[in-house]
Amino acid sequence: MGDLNEFSLPVKLFLKAYPWRKIDPVPWAPRKKPLAECRLALVSSAGFVLPGQKPFDESIRGGDYSFREIPGDAEVQELRESHRSESFDHTGIHEDPNLAFPLDRARELVLRGRIGSLSRRHLSFMGSITAPGRLIQQTAPASAQLLVEDAADVALLVPV
Amino acid sequence: MCNQTVCLVGAELERHGIPTVVIQLLREVAERMRPPRALFVPFRHGYPLDKPNDPQRQLAVMDAALRLLEDPAPSPPVLAEFPASSPH
Repeated sequence: MGDLNEFSLPVKLFLKAYPWRKIDPVPWAPRKKPLAECRLALVSSAGFVLPGQKPFDESIRGGDYSFREIPGDAEVQELRESHRSESFDHTGIHEDPNLAFPLDRARELVLRGRIGSLSRRHLSFMGSITAPGRLIQQTAPASAQLLVEDAADVALLVPV
Repeated sequence: MCNQTVCLVGAELERHGIPTVVIQLLREVAERMRPPRALFVPFRHGYPLDKPNDPQRQLAVMDAALRLLEDPAPSPPVLAEFPASSPH
Protein backbone atom coordinates (compact mmCIF):
# COMPACT_ATOMS: atom_id res chain seq x y z
CA MET A 1 0.00 0.00 0.00
CA GLY A 2 1.11 3.54 -0.62
CA ASP A 3 1.08 4.78 2.93
CA LEU A 4 3.53 5.98 5.54
CA ASN A 5 3.69 2.60 7.23
CA GLU A 6 5.88 1.20 4.48
CA PHE A 7 8.78 3.38 5.68
CA SER A 8 11.26 2.91 8.52
CA LEU A 9 10.44 4.74 11.75
CA PRO A 10 12.93 7.63 11.24
CA VAL A 11 11.64 8.22 7.68
CA LYS A 12 8.04 8.00 8.86
CA LEU A 13 8.65 10.56 11.62
CA PHE A 14 10.40 12.87 9.15
CA LEU A 15 7.51 12.65 6.67
CA LYS A 16 4.93 13.14 9.44
CA ALA A 17 6.60 16.37 10.52
CA TYR A 18 7.54 17.60 7.04
CA PRO A 19 5.93 20.90 5.96
CA TRP A 20 4.50 19.82 2.59
CA ARG A 21 4.25 22.90 0.36
CA LYS A 22 0.61 23.82 -0.07
CA ILE A 23 -0.21 24.91 -3.61
CA ASP A 24 -2.27 28.04 -3.13
CA PRO A 25 -4.05 29.23 -5.15
CA VAL A 26 -4.56 26.04 -7.14
CA PRO A 27 -3.55 26.86 -10.73
CA TRP A 28 -5.87 25.51 -13.40
CA ALA A 29 -5.15 25.29 -17.11
CA PRO A 30 -8.13 24.10 -19.16
CA ARG A 31 -7.61 21.50 -21.87
CA LYS A 32 -7.98 23.19 -25.25
CA LYS A 33 -8.76 20.21 -27.49
CA PRO A 34 -9.94 16.60 -27.27
CA LEU A 35 -7.40 14.31 -25.62
CA ALA A 36 -7.16 12.30 -28.85
CA GLU A 37 -5.63 15.41 -30.43
CA CYS A 38 -3.40 16.40 -27.53
CA ARG A 39 0.37 16.22 -27.40
CA LEU A 40 1.41 14.51 -24.17
CA ALA A 41 4.55 15.19 -22.14
CA LEU A 42 5.76 12.84 -19.40
CA VAL A 43 7.43 14.01 -16.21
CA SER A 44 9.02 11.47 -13.89
CA SER A 45 10.74 12.05 -10.56
CA ALA A 46 12.50 8.67 -10.58
CA GLY A 47 15.88 10.25 -11.35
CA PHE A 48 16.35 8.63 -14.75
CA VAL A 49 19.21 9.70 -17.00
CA LEU A 50 20.25 8.53 -20.45
CA PRO A 51 23.77 7.29 -21.27
CA GLY A 52 26.01 10.35 -21.59
CA GLN A 53 23.81 12.54 -19.38
CA LYS A 54 25.08 13.81 -16.05
CA PRO A 55 23.80 11.68 -13.16
CA PHE A 56 21.86 13.46 -10.43
CA ASP A 57 24.14 14.74 -7.68
CA GLU A 58 23.57 13.13 -4.32
CA SER A 59 25.84 15.61 -2.58
CA ILE A 60 23.60 18.65 -3.10
CA ARG A 61 22.09 19.60 0.25
CA GLY A 62 18.31 19.62 0.15
CA GLY A 63 18.32 17.54 -3.04
CA ASP A 64 19.41 17.92 -6.66
CA TYR A 65 16.83 20.27 -8.17
CA SER A 66 18.08 19.95 -11.77
CA PHE A 67 16.29 18.04 -14.52
CA ARG A 68 17.22 16.08 -17.62
CA GLU A 69 15.53 16.29 -21.00
CA ILE A 70 14.51 12.89 -22.30
CA PRO A 71 13.93 12.95 -26.09
CA GLY A 72 10.64 11.48 -27.25
CA ASP A 73 12.48 8.87 -29.30
CA ALA A 74 14.59 7.62 -26.37
CA GLU A 75 14.92 3.90 -25.75
CA VAL A 76 13.22 3.19 -22.44
CA GLN A 77 15.56 0.33 -21.63
CA GLU A 78 18.50 2.73 -21.82
CA LEU A 79 17.18 4.86 -18.98
CA ARG A 80 19.32 4.53 -15.87
CA GLU A 81 17.99 5.47 -12.50
CA SER A 82 20.11 7.63 -10.23
CA HIS A 83 17.64 8.27 -7.45
CA ARG A 84 19.27 8.61 -4.06
CA SER A 85 16.42 7.48 -1.84
CA GLU A 86 16.96 4.27 0.05
CA SER A 87 13.44 4.23 1.38
CA PHE A 88 11.83 2.40 -1.51
CA ASP A 89 12.43 -0.79 -3.47
CA HIS A 90 14.21 0.06 -6.73
CA THR A 91 13.91 -3.44 -8.22
CA GLY A 92 10.79 -2.76 -10.27
CA ILE A 93 12.02 0.35 -12.07
CA HIS A 94 15.38 -1.28 -12.79
CA GLU A 95 13.56 -4.17 -14.36
CA ASP A 96 11.16 -1.98 -16.34
CA PRO A 97 11.70 1.81 -16.42
CA ASN A 98 8.19 2.16 -17.92
CA LEU A 99 6.95 1.63 -14.38
CA ALA A 100 7.90 5.23 -13.59
CA PHE A 101 8.71 6.66 -17.04
CA PRO A 102 6.03 5.07 -19.26
CA LEU A 103 7.32 6.19 -22.62
CA ASP A 104 6.53 2.86 -24.33
CA ARG A 105 3.01 2.96 -22.89
CA ALA A 106 2.57 6.54 -24.10
CA ARG A 107 3.60 5.43 -27.62
CA GLU A 108 0.96 2.71 -27.43
CA LEU A 109 -1.66 5.27 -26.39
CA VAL A 110 -0.80 7.27 -29.52
CA LEU A 111 -1.19 4.15 -31.69
CA ARG A 112 -4.56 3.45 -30.08
CA GLY A 113 -5.69 7.02 -30.73
CA ARG A 114 -6.18 7.74 -27.02
CA ILE A 115 -3.80 10.70 -27.27
CA GLY A 116 -2.69 12.59 -30.35
CA SER A 117 1.09 12.61 -30.15
CA LEU A 118 4.07 12.85 -27.83
CA SER A 119 6.11 15.86 -26.92
CA ARG A 120 9.52 16.14 -28.53
CA ARG A 121 11.02 16.19 -25.04
CA HIS A 122 10.01 14.80 -21.65
CA LEU A 123 11.33 15.65 -18.21
CA SER A 124 13.26 13.67 -15.64
CA PHE A 125 13.71 14.94 -12.08
CA MET A 126 15.22 13.30 -9.04
CA GLY A 127 12.39 13.49 -6.54
CA SER A 128 14.24 13.47 -3.21
CA ILE A 129 14.17 17.23 -2.82
CA THR A 130 13.62 18.18 0.81
CA ALA A 131 14.41 21.88 0.25
CA PRO A 132 12.38 22.72 -2.88
CA GLY A 133 13.08 26.49 -3.03
CA ARG A 134 15.37 26.35 -6.06
CA LEU A 135 13.07 23.85 -7.76
CA ILE A 136 10.13 26.23 -7.32
CA GLN A 137 12.08 29.37 -8.26
CA GLN A 138 14.35 28.09 -11.02
CA THR A 139 14.11 24.64 -12.50
CA ALA A 140 10.36 24.01 -12.46
CA PRO A 141 9.69 27.25 -14.43
CA ALA A 142 12.57 26.46 -16.83
CA SER A 143 11.24 22.96 -17.43
CA ALA A 144 7.72 24.30 -17.99
CA GLN A 145 9.08 26.73 -20.57
CA LEU A 146 10.69 23.84 -22.41
CA LEU A 147 7.36 21.99 -22.67
CA VAL A 148 5.67 25.19 -23.83
CA GLU A 149 8.30 25.43 -26.60
CA ASP A 150 7.46 21.85 -27.58
CA ALA A 151 3.75 22.79 -27.70
CA ALA A 152 2.78 20.10 -25.18
CA ASP A 153 -0.99 20.16 -24.57
CA VAL A 154 -1.17 17.97 -21.45
CA ALA A 155 1.29 16.38 -19.02
CA LEU A 156 1.29 13.23 -16.92
CA LEU A 157 3.54 13.34 -13.86
CA VAL A 158 4.76 10.17 -12.16
CA PRO A 159 6.50 10.04 -8.77
CA VAL A 160 8.30 6.99 -7.50
CA MET B 1 9.43 13.54 -1.37
CA CYS B 2 8.83 12.43 -4.93
CA ASN B 3 5.14 13.09 -4.49
CA GLN B 4 5.85 16.71 -3.57
CA THR B 5 8.32 17.19 -6.42
CA VAL B 6 5.82 16.18 -9.11
CA CYS B 7 3.10 18.33 -7.50
CA LEU B 8 5.36 21.39 -7.58
CA VAL B 9 6.47 20.83 -11.18
CA GLY B 10 2.86 20.13 -12.19
CA ALA B 11 1.65 23.37 -10.61
CA GLU B 12 4.26 25.28 -12.60
CA LEU B 13 3.18 23.58 -15.84
CA GLU B 14 -0.41 24.65 -15.12
CA ARG B 15 0.76 28.24 -14.57
CA HIS B 16 2.34 27.97 -18.02
CA GLY B 17 -0.99 26.86 -19.51
CA ILE B 18 -0.42 23.09 -19.64
CA PRO B 19 -3.10 20.98 -17.93
CA THR B 20 -1.60 18.24 -15.76
CA VAL B 21 -2.49 15.11 -13.87
CA VAL B 22 -0.16 13.80 -11.17
CA ILE B 23 -0.06 10.27 -9.83
CA GLN B 24 0.23 10.20 -6.04
CA LEU B 25 1.39 7.40 -3.77
CA LEU B 26 0.60 9.17 -0.51
CA ARG B 27 -2.93 10.47 -0.07
CA GLU B 28 -1.86 12.73 2.81
CA VAL B 29 0.58 14.59 0.57
CA ALA B 30 -2.01 15.16 -2.17
CA GLU B 31 -4.54 16.37 0.38
CA ARG B 32 -2.13 18.81 1.96
CA MET B 33 -0.49 20.09 -1.24
CA ARG B 34 -3.62 20.27 -3.42
CA PRO B 35 -2.26 19.63 -6.94
CA PRO B 36 -4.88 20.58 -9.57
CA ARG B 37 -5.63 16.98 -10.68
CA ALA B 38 -4.29 13.96 -8.82
CA LEU B 39 -4.86 10.23 -9.04
CA PHE B 40 -4.10 8.44 -5.78
CA VAL B 41 -2.90 4.89 -6.37
CA PRO B 42 -2.67 2.26 -3.60
CA PHE B 43 0.74 0.93 -4.66
CA ARG B 44 4.08 0.76 -2.88
CA HIS B 45 6.67 3.48 -3.40
CA GLY B 46 8.79 2.51 -6.38
CA TYR B 47 5.73 1.05 -8.15
CA PRO B 48 3.61 4.00 -9.33
CA LEU B 49 2.09 2.02 -12.23
CA ASP B 50 1.82 -1.11 -10.07
CA LYS B 51 3.67 -3.83 -11.98
CA PRO B 52 6.87 -3.96 -14.04
CA ASN B 53 6.55 -5.61 -17.47
CA ASP B 54 2.74 -5.55 -17.34
CA PRO B 55 1.72 -3.18 -20.14
CA GLN B 56 -2.02 -3.75 -19.69
CA ARG B 57 -1.91 -2.90 -16.00
CA GLN B 58 0.29 0.15 -16.61
CA LEU B 59 -2.05 1.35 -19.35
CA ALA B 60 -5.06 0.94 -17.03
CA VAL B 61 -3.48 3.26 -14.45
CA MET B 62 -2.48 5.78 -17.12
CA ASP B 63 -5.95 5.69 -18.62
CA ALA B 64 -7.50 6.44 -15.22
CA ALA B 65 -5.13 9.39 -14.87
CA LEU B 66 -5.91 10.69 -18.37
CA ARG B 67 -9.64 10.51 -17.63
CA LEU B 68 -9.17 13.23 -15.01
CA LEU B 69 -8.09 15.48 -17.87
CA GLU B 70 -11.41 14.76 -19.58
CA ASP B 71 -13.64 15.62 -16.65
CA PRO B 72 -16.15 18.06 -18.18
CA ALA B 73 -17.07 19.84 -14.94
CA PRO B 74 -14.17 19.67 -12.53
CA SER B 75 -13.97 21.56 -9.27
CA PRO B 76 -10.28 21.97 -8.53
CA PRO B 77 -8.41 20.50 -6.82
CA VAL B 78 -9.50 17.10 -8.14
CA LEU B 79 -8.36 14.03 -6.17
CA ALA B 80 -9.52 10.68 -7.54
CA GLU B 81 -8.66 7.13 -6.55
CA PHE B 82 -7.45 4.14 -8.52
CA PRO B 83 -9.29 1.93 -8.92
CA ALA B 84 -12.37 4.13 -8.86
CA SER B 85 -14.43 3.58 -5.71
CA SER B 86 -17.64 1.71 -6.41
CA PRO B 87 -20.74 3.90 -6.51
CA HIS B 88 -22.80 4.02 -3.29
